[in-house]
Amino acid sequence: MKIVLEHLTKRYPNLNRKIKEDVIAVNDFTFEIPDGQLIGLLGPSGCGKSTTLNMICGLEPPTSGRIWFGDDDVTNLPPENRGVGMVFQSYALYPHLTVRQNICFPLENLKGADRLTRAQMDEMALETARLVQIDELMDRKPSEMSGGQQQRVAIARALVKKPRVLLLDEPLSNLDARLRLQTREEIRRIQRETGITTVFVTHDQEEAMSISDMIVVMEAGVVNQIGKPQKVYDDPVNLFVAKFLGTPPINLFDAEIRGGRLYLGGDCVLQGADSVPDGPVVAGIRPEGFVPDENGPLVCGLMAVEVMGRDTSIVAEHPACGGQIRAIVDTEDIPPEGAQQVRFSLRPAKVHLFDRDTGERIRI
Amino acid sequence: MKARGIRPWLYLLPALVFLGIFMVYPLFDVMVYSVEEGYNSASQTYYGIGGYNYAYVLRDPYFLQALKNTFILVIITVPVSTGIALLISLGLHSIDRFKEFFQTVFFLPYVTNTLAVGLVFMILFKKTPYSDGFMNLLITAVGGTAVDFIDGPYWAKMFVMCFYTVWVVLPFKILILTSALASVDENLYKAARVDGTSRMRIFTRITLPMISPMIFYLVITGFIGAFKAYSDEVAIFGTDLNAAGMNTIVGYVYDMLYGDSGGFPSYAAAAALILFAIVLTITCINLLVRKKAVI
Ligand SMILES: Nc1ncnc2c1ncn2[C@@H]1O[C@H](COP(=O)(O)OP(=O)(O)OP(=O)(O)O)[C@@H](O)[C@H]1O
Ligand SMILES: [Mg+2]
Repeated sequence: MKIVLEHLTKRYPNLNRKIKEDVIAVNDFTFEIPDGQLIGLLGPSGCGKSTTLNMICGLEPPTSGRIWFGDDDVTNLPPENRGVGMVFQSYALYPHLTVRQNICFPLENLKGADRLTRAQMDEMALETARLVQIDELMDRKPSEMSGGQQQRVAIARALVKKPRVLLLDEPLSNLDARLRLQTREEIRRIQRETGITTVFVTHDQEEAMSISDMIVVMEAGVVNQIGKPQKVYDDPVNLFVAKFLGTPPINLFDAEIRGGRLYLGGDCVLQGADSVPDGPVVAGIRPEGFVPDENGPLVCGLMAVEVMGRDTSIVAEHPACGGQIRAIVDTEDIPPEGAQQVRFSLRPAKVHLFDRDTGERIRI
Repeated sequence: MKARGIRPWLYLLPALVFLGIFMVYPLFDVMVYSVEEGYNSASQTYYGIGGYNYAYVLRDPYFLQALKNTFILVIITVPVSTGIALLISLGLHSIDRFKEFFQTVFFLPYVTNTLAVGLVFMILFKKTPYSDGFMNLLITAVGGTAVDFIDGPYWAKMFVMCFYTVWVVLPFKILILTSALASVDENLYKAARVDGTSRMRIFTRITLPMISPMIFYLVITGFIGAFKAYSDEVAIFGTDLNAAGMNTIVGYVYDMLYGDSGGFPSYAAAAALILFAIVLTITCINLLVRKKAVI
């Protein structure tokens, strides 16, 4: 099922009564979600991700704009008529019901011609439970299960009615790191197996990048960029997106363009920016954009070398960079013990320039 | 190691001493009184030990009347007050404007003295040579005949009694239930809405089970409270409850001790222990039912 969002906007009256101005939770969101894809909705806390999801779900009516599921305008439909399944951050399992009862709950609501017999319900519940691999735990109560298992029950409950759209609001944030990794793969698998159009909300960029077909990066209610995860990472449209994606984060420098050359402090690190007018810019360099090089143009003070698992990173400092520089390098490139200085050359594709005032990307 | 063994008891000692003096000893003492036949408090003597006091109390028509009154009171007021409190709490929970204001309004009677409330009920229900009372005005206005609620037929008095009791216990129950409703996770309702659950089903399958521990709590404390009713009766019908036919078990105990026909601590003790046994039984049944029920 293709989902189309047209100029979707949501305003809330300000909770602080003294401020008359409305809170704009989502501002003019336009996007077409192709059928059968998994979309990661990504952004910092309070940027309007849940609000967007609730509007797609039907729990919140949009202030303006339209929502289409395929060719149906669902903007004014209540959630139960949209054919959506939703998984909440806190799972929202009914604590007094067993797993089976929880999964059957949506089915028991069906009326009229759709009404199911008890046997049909149990059959469907079991089938869905098998899909998420909790069919052994059908008679447990939620309190007798681990976080990951509860999560699966929540997914099963959302899937059992065979919805056209699956919505997940930060479904992994209550799990520990390891279980998160495992469960996100699981969600990916289930999504592939069912081919259901899925919107996945998260504020964890790594999570979104790793399982999404496409990611949507939001900031303060506004969509900043939509695209394939790798494309958004490699080609951010502005400073916010560049900073938000990537661990370790992008390294930022106060830089200057003079005669088509990029200067970091006194070091001329790149050439060929002839289309860019002279003046100050912000240069963002990805950690993997640094190559240790004895004759490299960027001269930094060496602070530490950290080897963590398969990654080796060099922590350095430079007058043009406010904080620490973190570079991920090949193991053989580590500077010798006791060195005070490290020099880098840069991979041009990993260097992005941004307007110092607006944060917009300046393309070379 | 040794100190560790003594220390907790040392901390508990003050509480244990007080509980012992004011709870365990009197309970024990009451048991002793209740089996001492012909006890005379002036000379501190008795004839013998046996079940005579119980037999007397259980045959005393005043006690039987009190027992009947108490049971009617319990059986009517506990479900009615809990039900009304639930309805009001649901209403309070669903409004969003002026919520605090209405909560305060509904809680106010709780901090009002029961005797003051009794006075108001007198004005509402009492028939005097000058007026029939507010309630009778209403009844005659709709074409009924006036009834004397305070000195009249038994059912009228019982009605006032139950009305009064429900009124007095309502605020506390509303307070407990509104906070229980507020503590139900909002996301459960959202999830139910996404699945197209009807409002009735949301109430019976989600809200009720989620607040059921609090309802059980209110039912048990309601039972205990209603079994111990006494002061409310005095507030409406005056101190001579036997004459009014509206005595309760606790009222009977009091009369046996200090009333006009009083001075029989043994009968009082026997009646008190019968009450104790009833409350204990009902509470146990409640707890058993609760174990069987949800959650
Ligand atoms: N019912 C409401 N009334 C007023 N403002 C609201 C309401 N719900 C959300 N908001 C505001 O709308 C904005 C977006 O909220 P939303 O819950 O969508 O954020 P989010 O991206 O999901 O954040 P998080 O990652 O913390 O869940 C926030 O500034 C929030 O304060
Ligand atoms: Mg959210």
